[in-house]
Amino acid sequence: MTTSAADVELTRVLLEQADRLLRGEVTREVLARADGGEFPEALWRACEDAGLPLALVPEESGGVGLGLAQGLRLIRHLGYHAAPLPLPETMLALMCWCEAGGAPVTGSVTLLGDEGLTLHSSGARFRLSGRALRVPWGASAGHVLVQAHDEAGARYLALLPHALVRAEPVRNLAFEPRDTLNFDRLEVDGSMTRVVPGNRAGSLYLLGALMRAQQMAGAMERCLDYALSYATERQQFGRPIAKFQAIQHMLAEAAGHYAAALAAADLAADAWQTPRFEFNCAIAKARVGEAAGKVAAIVHQVHGAMGFTQEHPLHFSTRRLWSWRDEFGSEAYWQERVGRLVCGAGGAALWPALAGE
Amino acid sequence: MHAFKFDAPTLPSEAIEARKRVRAFLAAEGGDGRYVPHRCSWSTFDAQFSQRAGQAGFIGVTWPREYGGQALSSLVRFVITEEMLAAGAPCGAHWVADRQSGPQILRHGSERARREILPRVSRGECFFGIGMSEPDSGSDLAAVRTRARRDGDGWLIDGSKIWTSQAHRVHYLIVLARTGEGGADRHGGLTQFIVDLSAPGVTVRPIHNLSGGHEFNEVFFRDYRVPDDMRLGEEGAGWDMVTGELAFERSGPDRFLSDYRLLAELIDAVGPAPDARQAVEIGRLVAHLAALLRMSTSVAALLDEGRSPNTEAALVKDVGTAFEREIPEIARLLLPLQPSLDDRTQRLSETLAHVVLHAPSFTIRGGTREILRGIIARGLGLR
Repeated sequence: MTTSAADVELTRVLLEQADRLLRGEVTREVLARADGGEFPEALWRACEDAGLPLALVPEESGGVGLGLAQGLRLIRHLGYHAAPLPLPETMLALMCWCEAGGAPVTGSVTLLGDEGLTLHSSGARFRLSGRALRVPWGASAGHVLVQAHDEAGARYLALLPHALVRAEPVRNLAFEPRDTLNFDRLEVDGSMTRVVPGNRAGSLYLLGALMRAQQMAGAMERCLDYALSYATERQQFGRPIAKFQAIQHMLAEAAGHYAAALAAADLAADAWQTPRFEFNCAIAKARVGEAAGKVAAIVHQVHGAMGFTQEHPLHFSTRRLWSWRDEFGSEAYWQERVGRLVCGAGGAALWPALAGE
Repeated sequence: MHAFKFDAPTLPSEAIEARKRVRAFLAAEGGDGRYVPHRCSWSTFDAQFSQRAGQAGFIGVTWPREYGGQALSSLVRFVITEEMLAAGAPCGAHWVADRQSGPQILRHGSERARREILPRVSRGECFFGIGMSEPDSGSDLAAVRTRARRDGDGWLIDGSKIWTSQAHRVHYLIVLARTGEGGADRHGGLTQFIVDLSAPGVTVRPIHNLSGGHEFNEVFFRDYRVPDDMRLGEEGAGWDMVTGELAFERSGPDRFLSDYRLLAELIDAVGPAPDARQAVEIGRLVAHLAALLRMSTSVAALLDEGRSPNTEAALVKDVGTAFEREIPEIARLLLPLQPSLDDRTQRLSETLAHVVLHAPSFTIRGGTREILRGIIARGLGLR
């Protein structure tokens, strides 16, 4: 996808603003309180004031009008700072909802794919049934964007207000809410649903996978920053441990995984609105998810016992990596998808699929 | 930390056009049975193939026209090489000259060297080998002991080089020799020379590799005479020339596509209905490959802009060669397969055998994994 110079400039300004805001506001205290279950209201309001939830909503609908590839850069920054907010979810949910003709809502919006949900239509009303697991901020988000099929296979989006949702609280390893939502023949008014545009490639699940891939790329960069600082500051045997070849090689290996993850994540971001988007998203989640585990293991080894405590902030990032790699499909799930596509097409088709026709 | 840049590379239209041309050329070559896709493509020496590739305009494409080139972008060369490798083309004869010797001569050679040698290289008639390593100088390149001393209007070289791929078949080597004192960092006093292997004073001893193949050699020089206009660059400038080319040498598609044919053949052998394990493992390899391809293309674009992304280039080689080494380790577990160099009934078994026996070299040649990780660590600010 081509990006205009104005887009690039807008993205640069927005990213700089967001970075400043996050650097100042996502403190260890905020992260610790979020771990304890407290929603960071002030941080959310600051993000709202900066227009971030509406970053991907078109300008004519009152948004910032950023393209997805640029929006994903912002999402990577949020991952870098471990921002304990459903902001990436809100950005993507509002993008999809507005794209389908809906109007943006205020407050946070979470999203969930159509696994295990059915939509029965009766005239202008719908009934939604099923159970959704591990929904990000499912109990606390202002709205839930659901993707579901009706009996005829038509794809719908439904934007459900918080009051309609029954949730059971569950947390991931980073103590981020990942709640269970139960829908028992929930009545959904036609005004809350939109037909998914026919040309729309990919599901909310796929976008969720790309979102987590970008967040993980950001979190890995943060982990490497922590490890590089620690290795140059920590002295043992009379010198910084960075001077030991064993440490240098471990961090070089981690940098390789991070670099490959970054390349894979951006490969998918740049494929938005091309026929390659689904394939590249699968590649991104598979490659980034694998790198996440390896980078987390190496940076912990470099930090020694200190990294295994809550005295050092490393855990805010590594616990997220260990959570995010399994959300919206683990690397095994996406590797299998890629493998089946590749084997189905045969060996001769692989190279043109990667390098271009 | 060091912010790596692997931005979306936009290939120029001439590169996209070149991709079509090279695919058509390779399809015709393969269709006529003039080559069988080879598992270790760029180690496979086939002078006739290289000659046809040169005549078709696929060697030395970035060089000026007056030296036999086509003045095209280095991204065109990048596309040509990745297509050759993906097709398993036996491009080993012209590989070194196209990748590094030719560009060195163009940049640092005398006018005579450029006029006499480069047009023949681009026609696919003249091949090169690398004369850097010595028996006591491998990763520690500054330890070279081969000496060149002034003798009238030329130089006399004494010493030996080792791991010299294809020295028994190529026409020239570029030899790194000590011409003066190294200084504190030992990087001074090194000079490169173009050495004609048909001239007297040089002998070549074969060294057979693990697969029984003869690629390596040891090359001995005794009062070997080189005219001064076959010197490359200023006297004593050899170290900077050698290290200056490394980003080109290390970030190319040859650092992750050496055994691409094994992956392609594995996919066909597994067939269109893989079991879950086969699908997961193949999908994993493809995800790695896709990321590497983007990294490598990004570095090529940076090089094309005249930048020196040395850390990124080292990352491509470290991650890329680790990937290459994994392919045989995974392939052997996905199918009931025992590698053999002479099992003609099962092509994949033979391919696997070649790759298993070549794979140890992937993380050694062109800078060992350990040297690369040292370079990456420096880029990260650790040393």
